[in-house]
Amino acid sequence: MDLVQLQRQLVDYKTSLYNEGFLDEQFTQLQELQDENNPDFVVEVVSLFFEDSERLLNELTKALEQQSVDFKRVDAHVHQLKGSSSSIGAQRVQKVCIAFRNYCEEQNIEGCVKCLQQVRHEYSLVKTKLESMFQLQQQILSAGGSIPM
Amino acid sequence: MTALVVDDNMVNRTIHHQLLDNLGIENVAVGNGKEAVDIHCSGKAFDLILMDMDMPIMNGIEATRKLREMGIRSMIAGVSTRSMEQEIREFIEAGLDDYQEKPLTVSKLISIIRKIN
Repeated sequence: MDLVQLQRQLVDYKTSLYNEGFLDEQFTQLQELQDENNPDFVVEVVSLFFEDSERLLNELTKALEQQSVDFKRVDAHVHQLKGSSSSIGAQRVQKVCIAFRNYCEEQNIEGCVKCLQQVRHEYSLVKTKLESMFQLQQQILSAGGSIPM
Repeated sequence: MTALVVDDNMVNRTIHHQLLDNLGIENVAVGNGKEAVDIHCSGKAFDLILMDMDMPIMNGIEATRKLREMGIRSMIAGVSTRSMEQEIREFIEAGLDDYQEKPLTVSKLISIIRKIN
């Protein structure tokens, strides 16, 4: 595939991520913060998001496996996940977190377990999509091209 | 101009740090309200403090109150995902000069900075 085709593929792929609700305007804001002084800013922040999310998802799994669930603790973890997903524009993850927090408030264990499954699923999807996008970007840069905005 | 970012979330600290950097504002980040108070006790001062609300050890409301009791006159802008009026009012009454809902963007940060100037 030549450079122009790769660049077009990237633009189409990014557009689809916004259209399908995986990303929102906040991701655009993040990209606008990247400059020649900090050329890997988006990848760095998204990598932090991945690390943080995986830690939180493990904590949530442990917390919901307890015999007596501490809903305040579960809510605190979901609040963190909602915050970081919102900050990077991972819209679908953020939306599940909103529902998750409502179930925490109701102390609804079934609702919380269902939301944990959903948030794991949405997180896994957005992680795969973002990693594919970064791979495409890398291919373009390796071919001597620039990333179209 | 100098700023202090107070947020327990590493992703947010990184983004807020970059937002400030891009505007040429020298900044430091800490992970909770107690660290924000401690850094002031060590003698450091900042023109602007971006204060998250929900943090472990000492939250943003307590930290803001404490900083004001210490005589800190810096611009303190609360930055949080909270949207209930009651919660925001309590945060403002603790001594905020401004409040912005997260996620923080360039335009929200510029509107905070304009208030300092």
